[in-house]
Amino acid sequence: MTATQAALDRVTRVPGVRGALVVSAADGLVVAEQLMDGVDGQAAAALTGSLVGRLGRTADSAGLRPPAFVHLRGDAGSVLAAPGPEDLVLVAVVGPDANLGLARLEMIEAAGRLA
Amino acid sequence: MRALEPWVVQPLETFLAESGARLTLLMTSSGQVVAQHGFSRSLDVMTAAALGAGIVASTEELGRLMGAQKFEALVHGGQRQSCMLAAFATPRGRWIGLVVFGPETSVGIVRLFFDQMVQQLVTLAPREQQPAAPMLAENFETELNASLKALFGR
Repeated sequence: MTATQAALDRVTRVPGVRGALVVSAADGLVVAEQLMDGVDGQAAAALTGSLVGRLGRTADSAGLRPPAFVHLRGDAGSVLAAPGPEDLVLVAVVGPDANLGLARLEMIEAAGRLA
Repeated sequence: MRALEPWVVQPLETFLAESGARLTLLMTSSGQVVAQHGFSRSLDVMTAAALGAGIVASTEELGRLMGAQKFEALVHGGQRQSCMLAAFATPRGRWIGLVVFGPETSVGIVRLFFDQMVQQLVTLAPREQQPAAPMLAENFETELNASLKALFGR
């Protein structure tokens, strides 16, 4: 099993996670994905890649380090993103009932192993 | 942004606002320009349209020879700017989009909003059949000049 698949397996095992993707932040393209039906991977990859890139540039402009974790919360769930090495970002789409604390821990750990 | 047909304006404006594209050209598969954004010279538009239509035609023919289906998009990635060329079906026939974008956006964002624009164009395209006027050699220059005037406002 590749490091990418291992990361996706680890994140999608967390209760409430509807899907996970590894995204190339610069391109906004999907590298690998495990998604439930109804989750648009292309849109999630493009928009999350753009968001993480902009947040990184914003932090850099403010003299801060790039974010280690991004949590975008909505009415019907959240999008979580953990930047990893080589411009890769681990993204999870989670429902409102998801275990966010566990998802955060698993994502930060798994993102560090992406390569 | 300039368009020859008014129903193209709103989808193209939305695409430009969302994608952050620098230059955009919509044309028919024969290279006839339908709308443009960002070009300042008519010569550039004509050249880009001819080259874009030629690339799509040759790539699709290559695909046909190899037994493959039509390609959806061709992306040339560059350091300072990149270019996407995509052909798509509309009720008005097969069209081509040529998009030039910089590092301020990404190919994923451009693809995402380009696909949304195509869906809008397919929805908004007038369904009635317009009688195809024969393209006569004596009318070609007059029609070309009229199109360029509409696209550049001069």
